[in-house]
Amino acid sequence: MTYKFDWSVLWTGQSGQWLLQGVITTLEISVLAWLLAGALGILSGALRTLPFPPLRVLAAFYVEFFRNVPLLVWMFFWYFAVPPLLPTPLQDWLFNHGAEFWAGMFALGVYHGARFSEVIRSGIQSISKTQFEAALSTGLTTAQAYRFVIIPIALRLIIPPLTNESLNLLKNSSVALTISVAELTFQTRQIETYTAKAFEALTAGTVIYLALCLSIAFVMAQVERRFAIPGLIARVARPEH
Amino acid sequence: MVKFQHVNKWYGSLHVLREINLRIAKGEVVVVCGPSGSGKSTLIRCINRLEPIQAGEIFVDGKPLSDPTLDLRALRAEIGFVFQQFNLYPHLTVRENLTLAPMKVRKVSRGEAEAIAAKLLERVGIPDKSNAYPANLSGGQQQRVAIARALAMQPKIMLFDEPTSALDPEMINEVLEVMTGLAKEGMTMVVVTHEMGFARRVAHRVLFMDEGQIIEEGAPQTFFETPGSPRTRQFLSKILSH
Ligand SMILES: Nc1ncnc2c1ncn2[C@@H]1O[C@H](COP(=O)(O)OP(=O)(O)O)[C@@H](O)[C@H]1O
Ligand SMILES: [Mg+2]
Repeated sequence: MTYKFDWSVLWTGQSGQWLLQGVITTLEISVLAWLLAGALGILSGALRTLPFPPLRVLAAFYVEFFRNVPLLVWMFFWYFAVPPLLPTPLQDWLFNHGAEFWAGMFALGVYHGARFSEVIRSGIQSISKTQFEAALSTGLTTAQAYRFVIIPIALRLIIPPLTNESLNLLKNSSVALTISVAELTFQTRQIETYTAKAFEALTAGTVIYLALCLSIAFVMAQVERRFAIPGLIARVARPEH
Repeated sequence: MVKFQHVNKWYGSLHVLREINLRIAKGEVVVVCGPSGSGKSTLIRCINRLEPIQAGEIFVDGKPLSDPTLDLRALRAEIGFVFQQFNLYPHLTVRENLTLAPMKVRKVSRGEAEAIAAKLLERVGIPDKSNAYPANLSGGQQQRVAIARALAMQPKIMLFDEPTSALDPEMINEVLEVMTGLAKEGMTMVVVTHEMGFARRVAHRVLFMDEGQIIEEGAPQTFFETPGSPRTRQFLSKILSH
């Protein structure tokens, strides 16, 4: 083996700064996309369970359309295909303000929103219909029943699959490098190009992704404990006998 | 208070309510009994329009439910509904279960809603449970909270769908006592139940349903002692024999 390890490439020159910027961009794009995905997922997931067929069809269309096209294609679509359709001033503004970031964020959020949607729908459908009827019976509107009863219960039930989907979103943010968003994977590739130390650069990237994912999983576990529905956890932990 | 006029309802091709005619006066307590699948739940679920009907008309407080301008929220706010499975909100405390609808529907302030909640919990005999979560209560306590939650909206009518059927036997009485108290205070009540002791003591009228029809109705005395129809007799002998 003639390859010579040189880990110092990770902190000499500009590498350290590149990595840091990569992490920040990855977090920025992921957090914004997560919020967008959460909003779209809750909205469309809830709509799919409502007794109003037109809204159900609309939400189903969104989910099937977005989750059945590869994320990479969406990134290209939002970056290359959509901007030319916009008015010229807006195009100019976008390209001066990181159009690739917004296109990437949008693609990521909309794509994962469709996947969140399915998780949220299954959560809502696991709640008995009479729970909803009980809320309606007290005079709440359908929207209020969802807002104060159905969705809060569903969100608490789906934290484990939601964690999984959130990790997928973070990892998929690396696809944005293809439209030159300077996120973490992009930066590790840059270090590799400048130093020709692929192993070190990619190891650094891997370790950072791992650390980010483990942190998210840890935070979600705390959230799950904090918001656990009393009785549900206890019942799982301590079977009756 | 409630009037059914030639009410018919189908689920697909299943004719679940057949030509129902019924009047329930203010302050009246009506017990509905009958075999499983006879349409009892459907009957009372039509009163707050959890179920639509296909023919006939139902009036609540003089207002026809088929009226397209009917304010469904206002209707439901006036009608308390207690389910067999309690259906409390598991993520909220007992107090929050009671204050949610008054605050969101009646726009009562939090302080006032909490004061009403405290009074109602006192009335159903569990004043010390307002910070507990539903899962930490016994079935009987949960059903009493469910009754209190319905009462928090200060309804004019209370509907009960087999409120004690999901309870262990030793908890049935605590719930029936609360219901008896309500009846004594003059609440208009429609109760689907097989608790015939409760029917004898509290009901003004007992209805017997079978296959979507009201087969027999009468004051408890006559209903239990001289039932007219053989089907009623058969049903009563089954449920009274144990
Ligand atoms: N949502 C529904 N869809 C189709 N059939 C139903 C539905 N709800 C009830 N039914 C049927 O209607 C009949 C009456 O039901 P129900 O009113 O619940 O009877 P009961 O309360 O007397 O047991 C039953 O045959 C039941 O299977
Ligand atoms: Mg029933």
